[in-house]
Amino acid sequence: MKEWRYLVAENRGTLLAVAIFVAIFIIYTANHPAGLTANVAQTAANKGVLLAFVAMAQTLVVITAGIDLSVGMIFILTNCLASWLVLGTPGETALGVVAVLLCGLLCGALNGAIVIFGRLQPIVATIATGAIYFGIALMLRPFPGGSVNEDLADALTGKLFGIIPSSLVVLALVVLVVWVPFSRSLYGRTAYAAGSSEAAAYMSGIPIGRSKFLAYTLAGLLASIGGLFLTFFTYTGEAAFASGNAYTLFSIAAVVLGGVSLFGGRGSVIGAIFGALAFRTIGDLLFVFDFDPLWQPLFQGVVLLVAVSLGAFGLFRVRNRLEWFL
Amino acid sequence: MSELATRPGLRMPRILKRFDPAVATAFACIILLLILGSFYSTSFLSPEYLLQQLKVASFLGVIATGMMLVILLGQIDLSVPWAVATGGMMACAAAAFGPAGTAFAIPFGILCGMLIGFVNGIGVAYLRIPSMIITLATNAVAQGLMVVYTGGFSPQDSATFAMREIATGEIIPLVPNAVIIWAIIGAATVFLLTRTTFGRAVYAIGNRERAAYLSGIDTRRVVLIAFVISGGLSAFGGILLSGYASKAAQSMGDAYLLPSIAAVVLGGTSILGGRGSYLGTVAGVILITLLQSILSVMQMPEAGRQVIYGVVIVAMLLLYGRSPASR
Repeated sequence: MKEWRYLVAENRGTLLAVAIFVAIFIIYTANHPAGLTANVAQTAANKGVLLAFVAMAQTLVVITAGIDLSVGMIFILTNCLASWLVLGTPGETALGVVAVLLCGLLCGALNGAIVIFGRLQPIVATIATGAIYFGIALMLRPFPGGSVNEDLADALTGKLFGIIPSSLVVLALVVLVVWVPFSRSLYGRTAYAAGSSEAAAYMSGIPIGRSKFLAYTLAGLLASIGGLFLTFFTYTGEAAFASGNAYTLFSIAAVVLGGVSLFGGRGSVIGAIFGALAFRTIGDLLFVFDFDPLWQPLFQGVVLLVAVSLGAFGLFRVRNRLEWFL
Repeated sequence: MSELATRPGLRMPRILKRFDPAVATAFACIILLLILGSFYSTSFLSPEYLLQQLKVASFLGVIATGMMLVILLGQIDLSVPWAVATGGMMACAAAAFGPAGTAFAIPFGILCGMLIGFVNGIGVAYLRIPSMIITLATNAVAQGLMVVYTGGFSPQDSATFAMREIATGEIIPLVPNAVIIWAIIGAATVFLLTRTTFGRAVYAIGNRERAAYLSGIDTRRVVLIAFVISGGLSAFGGILLSGYASKAAQSMGDAYLLPSIAAVVLGGTSILGGRGSYLGTVAGVILITLLQSILSVMQMPEAGRQVIYGVVIVAMLLLYGRSPASR
């Protein structure tokens, strides 16, 4: 009984994110003209999964009390790269996928190296590397274009057994292959410890530098999976500055909605995924209520503003005013 | 960084002690860029070209001034892109309302920017929301409002005569008005930061807000005012820009977020707050403007410019912006 309570307390943010998502998704499907059909679920999943991957990437870094403002640009860069490489015979396609993932890994590793070994502030460093990644993306695709192996694209964005959206299956697989081993390893626990209190983690003699580096690197990898999926949905590559910026912004929003503390050390990728899905569904709510799409950016912005302001309720519990200043 | 700057300075003459190595490096880089540019074309050292650069720099300079205030507090203002666009668009919109609208176009634009800053400040100071998030959120809201206002199209209103005049005119022959305005704002900021209790409080909060609070500073009010000033200056930058282009555009502010942060940080202001001088920010702004100008004169495509830009910022930060190793 008692252990069960600890588990709930520990995962409160994640559970809240799941609850928010379920509530919004019910409102969404209840008002959708078609109801909850396999096609509606597939479209919703495909839209949500893109943001979910980028939000997962952001989570890994945020847990270490850092921030990666270049995730959106890695996402765009890998999209452009994939529109060149993920083509041709199955063998060539597989090589292309590996190359795209490697590119993401490399971008993440560069961020990590600059932030950890260069000891620069993550905000500035990743804004600067983001400019570099966007520049490379623009070199790869000065104009939108390119193509992708459509068999693979359709397989990964379609439905499994005619009912389960396969993008969700891939998302679950990535969680199992990347997040579960990471969070259960020494490095994952060190990432949490370093985010919670770097000084204490340092004193405990755990490998802070290496685990932070791993977190940034894996973030690059996850963003590149998102970039691959963007290519699978659109069949093209496009170096869109606004879209890269929007994904960076939305990834932070999703992370906050998902109960991950931006001060580090608390939250999980699962929460961020549900935060991302919830955020996407909120944006789509307007469509089922027949609003002008022009209102969507404002609506998303207001939801974001309200969501982040909700965190301020914690202030009522503060007994000592000095606790205002972390 | 600061230890390096102050400790050996005990034996140095006073004037040297006050000279930040980061600011010196930034100025050295400006001279280096000018020399490199003059190899490419002799017109780089002509007064006309330099004044033209100063004029372009003054738009960034006004925006970076607000950003610097916020960074000195140890916060960051990511709402710059749409605060700039809101300032420009609202000023142009006011101009459409007859002579009264024309007269109040500039103050109205600034007021809209201050409103964005006010929401930021309330969120950061009173609701204790991390500045990175609340400013991103207000940026999104401002963008949403502007998209609804314009209907998704490029706005049709054009800039008033006064707006065009402050951005492109020359009251004193040969010296662009924009440069004069930047000089006035800069002088006011230097006065604010070094000669008023508000300025001292900004540095104190940037170093340790808790200590500042315990010394009796109303830290929340100071943070709020700093964000309001930052929003207002961003909007004013937008007004100057739309005067320069004689109309406002949807994404006119996007190109100013990274440069304004980079200019402040390259000028030696610590991103963690509490340290930095306005002279450094001036150096950072000029450095970035020159870099952009030289890259565009060399007809470097946008892609290459972005890459070089990012590399230069990382390289310069690695030179003197590193935080101490954890011990």
